[in-house]
Amino acid sequence: MEVYLAILVGIFFTVSIYLLLSKYVIRVLLGVAVLGNAVNLLIFTAGRLTREVPPIIPAGLQVPVDPTANPLPQALILTAIVISFSFFAFLLVLGYRSFQDLHTDDTDSMRFAEPVDEPAPPRGY
Amino acid sequence: MNTIIFRTVAPYLTALMVVFSVFILLRGHNDPGGGFIGGLIAASAFAIYGIANGVAPVRRALYFHPITLAGFGLFLAACAGLPSILAGVPFLTGLWVFPTVFGVELALSTPLFFDIGVYFVVVGSITAIALGLEDRMEN
Amino acid sequence: MAGASSGHVDPTGILVEANLHLADYIIVAPVVVPVLFGALLLMLRGKTRWHGQIAILAMALLALSTGLLLQRVSAEGPVTMTMGRWLPPFGISFSVDIAGALLAFVSSLIALTGAVYAASTTTTLERRYGFYPFFMLMMAGVSGAFLTGDIFNLYVWFEVLLISSFGMIVLGSEQRQLDGTMKYAFLNLVATTLFLIATGLLYGLLGTLNMADIWQKLNASGDPGSAARAGPVTTIAILYLLAFSMKAAAFPLNFWLPASYHTPKFLVSALFAGLLTKVGVYSLLRVLLMLFAQERLVLADTIAWVAAFTMLAGVFGALAQSEIRRILGYLVISGIGTMMAGLAVGSLTAITGLMVYAVHSMIVMTALYLAAGIMARLSQTSSLSASGGLYAASPWLAAAFLILAFSVSGLPPTSGFWGKFVLVRASVESGAWWLAFVILLSGLLTTIAIFRVWIFAFWRGGPQDTPDGAEAWKVEPLEKAYRQGAFLALGALVLLTLAIGLMPEALLSTSADAARGLLYPGDYIGSVFGGGQ
Repeated sequence: MEVYLAILVGIFFTVSIYLLLSKYVIRVLLGVAVLGNAVNLLIFTAGRLTREVPPIIPAGLQVPVDPTANPLPQALILTAIVISFSFFAFLLVLGYRSFQDLHTDDTDSMRFAEPVDEPAPPRGY
Repeated sequence: MNTIIFRTVAPYLTALMVVFSVFILLRGHNDPGGGFIGGLIAASAFAIYGIANGVAPVRRALYFHPITLAGFGLFLAACAGLPSILAGVPFLTGLWVFPTVFGVELALSTPLFFDIGVYFVVVGSITAIALGLEDRMEN
Repeated sequence: MAGASSGHVDPTGILVEANLHLADYIIVAPVVVPVLFGALLLMLRGKTRWHGQIAILAMALLALSTGLLLQRVSAEGPVTMTMGRWLPPFGISFSVDIAGALLAFVSSLIALTGAVYAASTTTTLERRYGFYPFFMLMMAGVSGAFLTGDIFNLYVWFEVLLISSFGMIVLGSEQRQLDGTMKYAFLNLVATTLFLIATGLLYGLLGTLNMADIWQKLNASGDPGSAARAGPVTTIAILYLLAFSMKAAAFPLNFWLPASYHTPKFLVSALFAGLLTKVGVYSLLRVLLMLFAQERLVLADTIAWVAAFTMLAGVFGALAQSEIRRILGYLVISGIGTMMAGLAVGSLTAITGLMVYAVHSMIVMTALYLAAGIMARLSQTSSLSASGGLYAASPWLAAAFLILAFSVSGLPPTSGFWGKFVLVRASVESGAWWLAFVILLSGLLTTIAIFRVWIFAFWRGGPQDTPDGAEAWKVEPLEKAYRQGAFLALGALVLLTLAIGLMPEALLSTSADAARGLLYPGDYIGSVFGGGQ
């Protein structure tokens, strides 16, 4: 099972890196969304998979009787999902705002912070 | 989106969702639920109301700015760690009291207040983002 | 419900038993104070009148708490508090050693001067938009990153400071800010994602996230599995190196920094330059030097090359720029390279030099950006060709900038000299002559780059094409409140770099202790697992 999920994680990373390499902001945004899911799946797989045994200790016992699913990766993923969600929300608003103000979605023509035709620094006075 | 059916149903739907979100928040300690998911439900309620009736009525109905709500939630969540100073245990330790009100035993705890804080943070920030985006769509 | 009915579960062995005293909460205070004040300022977003004063109070409390923490850690050795009473490695612990406490203390001092500068320079609009809450939450993230003892928690603090820094860098929403934020946000997102990937793989390999526990598992002698996992561990170490180098803006992943740091308001640039890249350097120290000590030896040559190229890319970039803030941005990068040189050598002396240089760099880069802010306010431009005549306008500013220029170039009698001195000595001692040569070369080129700024902006009579010896160039006068706040903040930082330059013993000995703690983390591990807390 881990092997199949590892292959799936690989596919997710391939897709996201391909999208991140694009010069259009909207594709990069989609790449970011896929990247977040790839990482979550990776953590999930790294925590080992146990099916259908929730990590609940029965009443009156100190430790669970049988091996249970690992709850920690799920806590980590929940945190990572919240964070990547807020990142994505910010980047979405930023991308939308940039498209409105800079009138472009193409990062090649986004040269406002570092203009193309900058004068050389003064050599003497 | 702005059909008469939707506009008529939206207030009831919003009220229902907000009540449901509080229910989800309170059952969260031992059952599926909690502040985060409750907050998301409440935020979607406000977003629906915003889509149906415009952003201004939502802002009026909320009275406080969403970001203020988020600030309040953060404050509450951070304060939920402070009672542990009095108890002499590490920060954010769960502390419980069981007062009996009208013959019913209530379980009050610092994790509950932390969860309420999370609820407000999520409601505030997600509503702020949703209303901000809806504002742009209207313009 | 839990609680009363669950009394039959025996908590010994899973819960912390020792009783804590009020003084122990100093460990979490550097995070709790800024979060509480940040939340308070978020609630008061409509009433901006007292924001500046509240922020100064908050940062003073932060500096006080980190100062006390540093004092305690220096006296007693590393201290640990584990959240929610769950015994380590299960609970998230805050483990503070001298390296973390020292950097947290210096960053809180920087933040305090930043708050003083901000009180007289931020507009009402910026306050309404939430400059101060973002500032407070960023400080919570910075302090949390310096103090935490859990690697996933370190990731969370990274994100806290990153999200707040997004809010600060885009504040104002000018065209070039949007452009700069775009690059800053996406590149930092990729860096933190790499960090998360590495952490996920590390968890899969070792089954723990507590740094002390990771150290024990990686350095356990006679573990039959250690040979089999040498490859994966090295891969994870490389991923961490990549993630933190990107965060610290090391060559060849430095291009986001000069593309974005000159776009926001000057104070924001100053805080970013002083604090954020140094969090990346600290993480490199904590993870690569302390946890992955064996793997760092494998990577030492790579780190040395990265360090050399970062130093040179920084200074050559600075020489090629004509805008003051972009020159400073490249000098930040060059400073990161100097620190990475210390990491590459990795001896006790080298890490001591690295810590001294990190403290120096935090103070001086912040001060330089603040000075650039005052310069831009005076001459209404940051372009080197259009500035001039500032010496006549403000001799004090000229003097302050001159001292800072000495400091950033690594000349005595300033703090920059000692950091470079110790680093060069460490490189020579370990036989890395060429690295020492590159450090000195980058120092020389930095001198040229920064003194060019001083000569053009302060020394000459006016902007380009003003005849020499002409009457002083007319500049915009500063309002009284602005002048007081800005010069108080700048003066404090300049005095600090001078004080360290003239009396370096305290910083040198604290840094040596910090370096010892990172290289031989026995006490750190002991504070997490041994004796009580």
